[in-house]
Amino acid sequence: MQKEIIIAGFGGQGVLFGGQVLAYAAMDNGLDVTWIPSYGPEMRGGTANCTVVIADHEIGSPLVKNPPLAIALNLPSFDKYEETLAPGGTLIVNQSMVDRAPKRTDIHVIMVPCNEIAEEIGDRKLLNMVAVGALLTALPEIKVEDVEKALEGHLPARHKHLLPKNYEALKRGFEQAQREWDKVPAEFSEQ
Amino acid sequence: MTTENLVYERPEAFTEMPTHYCPGCTHGVAHRLVAEVLDEMGIVDKTIGVAPVGCAVFAYNYFATDFVEAPHGRAPAMATGVKRVLPDRVVFTYQGDGDLASIGMGEIVHAAARGENITVIFINNANYGMTGGQMAPTTLPGMKTSSSQSGRDVETQGYPIKVSEMLSTLEGVGYCVRRSLHDPKNIRLAKKAIRAAFETQVRGLGFSMVELLSTCPTNWGITPVNSLKFVEEHMVPAYPLGDYKVSDAVKQIKI
Amino acid sequence: MPRELWKGNEAIAESAVRAGLGAYFGYPITPQTEILEYLSRRMPELGRAFVQAESELGAINMVYGAACTGARVMSSSSSPGVSLMMEGLSYIAGTEIPAVLVNVMRGGPGLGNIAPAQSDYNQAVRGGGHGDYPRIVLAPASVQEAIDLMALSFDLAEKYRMIAMMILDGSVGQMMEPAEMPALQEPHRREFDWATNGAMNRERRILSSIYLDPHDEEKTNLRLLKNWKNVQANEVRYKEYFLDDAKYVIVGFGTAGRVALSAVREARALGIKVGLLRPITVSPFPYEALDQLTGQVEAFLVTEMNMGQMLDDVLLTVRGRVPVEFYGRPGGVVPFHDEILDEIHRLASGPLAVSTDPRDSWLARMYSNLKVTAQ
Ligand SMILES: Cc1ncc(C[n+]2csc(CCOP(=O)(O)OP(=O)(O)O)c2C)c(N)n1
Ligand code: SF4
Ligand SMILES: [Mg+2]
Repeated sequence: MQKEIIIAGFGGQGVLFGGQVLAYAAMDNGLDVTWIPSYGPEMRGGTANCTVVIADHEIGSPLVKNPPLAIALNLPSFDKYEETLAPGGTLIVNQSMVDRAPKRTDIHVIMVPCNEIAEEIGDRKLLNMVAVGALLTALPEIKVEDVEKALEGHLPARHKHLLPKNYEALKRGFEQAQREWDKVPAEFSEQ
Repeated sequence: MTTENLVYERPEAFTEMPTHYCPGCTHGVAHRLVAEVLDEMGIVDKTIGVAPVGCAVFAYNYFATDFVEAPHGRAPAMATGVKRVLPDRVVFTYQGDGDLASIGMGEIVHAAARGENITVIFINNANYGMTGGQMAPTTLPGMKTSSSQSGRDVETQGYPIKVSEMLSTLEGVGYCVRRSLHDPKNIRLAKKAIRAAFETQVRGLGFSMVELLSTCPTNWGITPVNSLKFVEEHMVPAYPLGDYKVSDAVKQIKI
Repeated sequence: MPRELWKGNEAIAESAVRAGLGAYFGYPITPQTEILEYLSRRMPELGRAFVQAESELGAINMVYGAACTGARVMSSSSSPGVSLMMEGLSYIAGTEIPAVLVNVMRGGPGLGNIAPAQSDYNQAVRGGGHGDYPRIVLAPASVQEAIDLMALSFDLAEKYRMIAMMILDGSVGQMMEPAEMPALQEPHRREFDWATNGAMNRERRILSSIYLDPHDEEKTNLRLLKNWKNVQANEVRYKEYFLDDAKYVIVGFGTAGRVALSAVREARALGIKVGLLRPITVSPFPYEALDQLTGQVEAFLVTEMNMGQMLDDVLLTVRGRVPVEFYGRPGGVVPFHDEILDEIHRLASGPLAVSTDPRDSWLARMYSNLKVTAQ
């Protein structure tokens, strides 16, 4: 088993931490994992992304050209990863930041209004956790509880009081994505 | 012209390229002053700039003059090479405090000692901006940086270097002053000094340098406005503004 | 110790501390500044020496001085900074004392960029500084390997009184992976019989690299080589993947090696008998392992993030017995595994000929793939 995930968005959207949380959960599940950020000039433009690879064997490349899974937290990332996603893959899109429908029909695009959900929970910053929760609907190797445990185990002590809201964000993202999946025609989701 | 309308005009010596500096960074102000002086002196065509390694590494994108890009700290040596071959051209370096006062200390001291006929614009922002805010030789005692995380400890990390004071002891120096970029009045004075420095070079009166106290809001971790205050309240007292050396010949220059 | 997620650069810093690092001297440069920043905090906390030097030239000569005392000492930098250190490295080699240097390589030459590259292989492996001197060069491909090789670097440097250099590219420095740290050791203060630590109750010692009489220098050179032969005989390390029945073998170190592993796995799934040899010590180079494979395989593919530097070591070993092909991405570009998979398909669909310089056909392919536009 090997799965590659790219998380992309503006700097400040919690892209890198979202990836780290997944990496912690995968590690705690006994899997091998790599997390690698974009660094350097790319970051100056205000976009950030990270690639997480999880596997049950020694991981080769920490980067991937056509990921099967991706989270796009803003429009430029939606444009980019809708194009490069592997056929049959799943793209979680932050609906709050995009103004167009998906073009490709050979991938699953799950729209989740991450900003609104995060605001409802009472902390805008949690939009990354909403998206991660949504992603877990397409990543059976990691369960919501695994990510909760990872947060509990690895969140710096000064942020521990934020745990309940993080849990809620994960759960709300997961549930919202699940409702989106239910709308996908059966023959397509079996691809 | 007043400084107010200067702000909205693009000097001839500038290209169309928008700069990459962070909001509130005074690197951009320093660039503009240099460009305006090159314009006013009508020397854009005969000037060759030497860019440093530091946030100003892309200075060559913004000035409409010829430009070369030096290794970290070596700009005064490269400028020497250019100037010795083309003595009738105007050659300037634009260097940060890490570039000039740390890795390039040897080059700057010897260019000054030789009385090399070049102009140096020296941006003192008390840290290494480009690499993410590490301690520079100019970092103030007790100032927190990413490599002096509990504040610069002079016992183990030494004391700030006052470059203008130091270089002004050298015979080869014609003009060596410190100015600041923290408010319009000081910016005006800085521009006058830059003009004087280039005039020194054009007249073959030796090495000229203008040290400019500058901001780095991004790595100081404070707002642009507070950065200007920081310069005024903390940097100016540690790095007094003034003329450290103006040779008799330079004093005669009438602009 | 439990597994934790470690970022490559910080893992290197902490593992050096755990290995008993007594002093660190460095200068900021991307993409390894986290090593310096981490140690600027950690070393003073443990009462150990840390200095941010005025330059890499200063740093390496601080290393030189500290190494003369027998302390465990290191510096770290990235390509342009390492170039500045070449003088000090040559002196350290000539003085026959141990020192450790980490080079987190970036795209070059010149100022280049800060993206991951393997362009300093020749500088590291063939010497870089002046004079004729061997040095140990280790090339980790993962965070755990970097941790393990950090401790090994100190051990080997001290055992052979030699420079041990660790070369990795910026992606390993920035990457996070689960890894286990060894236990914390106090700074090493071994009683070396060469260290200049004050001649209290013993004959005084002199450490220098000057041998005015050429015959003395010649003897010194020969001693360096003899010592190196011991290193070559005992310290070669590499990792093998799917080699047992391999008809094609990829040779790649560091990140290029691990990217190749992904391609090899996919090719295996398609039934192509391909394996991977990943040198961990690139100096000493695993000549013998490669020589043995030469008898077994139909062709080699060398993959590097440069224009073919380790390639020369492979060519030297294979000596025209089977074709050696090359695939590189220089300048700070990290290849995707798909590209290497394409190369594997190309190899497997043959026929291949032995060429004097595999870079010729690679260059032609690069231009025609429009990955590079000819100018
Ligand atoms: C030989 C070498 N060492 C280190 C670096 C990394 N480096 C790039 S810019 C810089 C410091 C720049 O600081 P400063 O000169 O103060 O300029 P600022 O960015 O603050 O304007 C360093 C250390 C390098 N490029 N080359
Ligand atoms: S990092 Fe600092 S010096 Fe560099 S552009 Fe930004 S504010 Fe200016
Ligand atoms: Mg600076």
